[in-house]
Amino acid sequence: MLSRLPLKHLVVLSLMTVLTACASQPADQAARGETFDPYEGTNRSIHKFNLGVDRFLFRPASKGYVKIVPDPMVTSFNNFAENISLPGQAVDYLLQGNPKQMGNALLRFVINMTVGGAGLSSPADELNLPPVDTDFGETLHVWGFGEGAYVELPLYGPSTTRDAVGVVVNLFSNPINFTPVRPVDNIGVYAEVVRRMGDRGRFSDTVDSILYDSADSYAQARLIFLQNRRFELARDDEDAYLGLYTDPYAEIGTDPVRDPYLDPYEDPYAE
Amino acid sequence: MLNNALNRRHLIASGLAGLALTTLPVSVFAQTEASAKALVNSVVTEINRVIDSGKSENAMLRDFEKLFVQYADVPIMARYALGADARSASPAQLKKFTKAFQGYISRKYGRRFREFIGGEVEVRNARKIKAGYEVRTSVKLRGSSPFEVTFLVSDKSGRDKFYNMFIEGVNLLLTERTEIGAMLDARKGNLNQLIKDLGRVG
Repeated sequence: MLSRLPLKHLVVLSLMTVLTACASQPADQAARGETFDPYEGTNRSIHKFNLGVDRFLFRPASKGYVKIVPDPMVTSFNNFAENISLPGQAVDYLLQGNPKQMGNALLRFVINMTVGGAGLSSPADELNLPPVDTDFGETLHVWGFGEGAYVELPLYGPSTTRDAVGVVVNLFSNPINFTPVRPVDNIGVYAEVVRRMGDRGRFSDTVDSILYDSADSYAQARLIFLQNRRFELARDDEDAYLGLYTDPYAEIGTDPVRDPYLDPYEDPYAE
Repeated sequence: MLNNALNRRHLIASGLAGLALTTLPVSVFAQTEASAKALVNSVVTEINRVIDSGKSENAMLRDFEKLFVQYADVPIMARYALGADARSASPAQLKKFTKAFQGYISRKYGRRFREFIGGEVEVRNARKIKAGYEVRTSVKLRGSSPFEVTFLVSDKSGRDKFYNMFIEGVNLLLTERTEIGAMLDARKGNLNQLIKDLGRVG
């Protein structure tokens, strides 16, 4: 246990270096919410690799999984993965200075692990407790770190330099990993893989349409990930939330005097 | 008798005035939070009706296209999705593109609706934003936690219509602009070819 700690410090230290050393986006572009993708070449190669893994391994495995395993059991495994991550999320809420959500995460954990049959169901949902969903990437966001560059991680998928650090830290930050009665090493990781398979299988048509029907699946995945992530992080911040809206009416100019050709309300069917 | 007639006339007049009063705010301030909410509710009802109809997929997709035209501001959406290329397109091209875009979107998203069978849409709130109204809804599908779908509604077309939708923050119009842009790049910017091909994809 003790011998593991210096290694952990080393990992955290090197990750912090990554965070600060990475290329950073000019402030005006960041303010406009533009995509910052200085590693696009590398990212596209990794995307190609990930597509191959999905096509030949993950997609068939996931489709098989949801076909063989009955639906309620898939839901149960999803619940389990979610519940086992709750103590780790509580740690993140603590680091974010959000004791209320930390208590909420712990309360959910206790209820679901006991009444919910070892976390296979989620009775806490019925109690109308506020939803819990955080990670170390969000903690870094709260601490003031910027999004960083877009990266696609091998096997894991879309992320950003900030969130990639979060993903690695979260591998070590769940207190469950340090309990004396650890049933399986890295159970959280296995549970997460199973949960992802459940989602991949259940929403296979939608995921397929993005990965395989799109003219540029890399650009689609990048855009969808970044928007969804920014939305998650902006949830409690109304200004940031409204900043996510683009106004197509404004963009193409509703002022016919200034730009007569671009009046969007000229009738396109009129000619 | 005269009295009666007067009374009746008075009644009719005041009735008309009352009617005018109740309809006036609607026509003067055409868009309200309530009307934006009502629009979302009616489109959800209509989509569910199509899903429950038990028609063939192709028939359903045609129905979705009709709903899309009826409830969405398709010309502005198409123009935005085409992006900068909309500026250089001729009016005839824009017209054809809009038509192709409308079919493409209806097919692409209409196919996805199957996964929403049994889902519940709850309209939570509506509020004013710059271009119109934002209507936030919560969608609950079986076996997953509720997620947020936001509709943006505007009356700039003359009627309350949707012009964008966000699923957990993912902007439909921006996503389609990226996709259409990639399709155009793949065709070396040939808009006529894109219009032709758009009729087959989605």
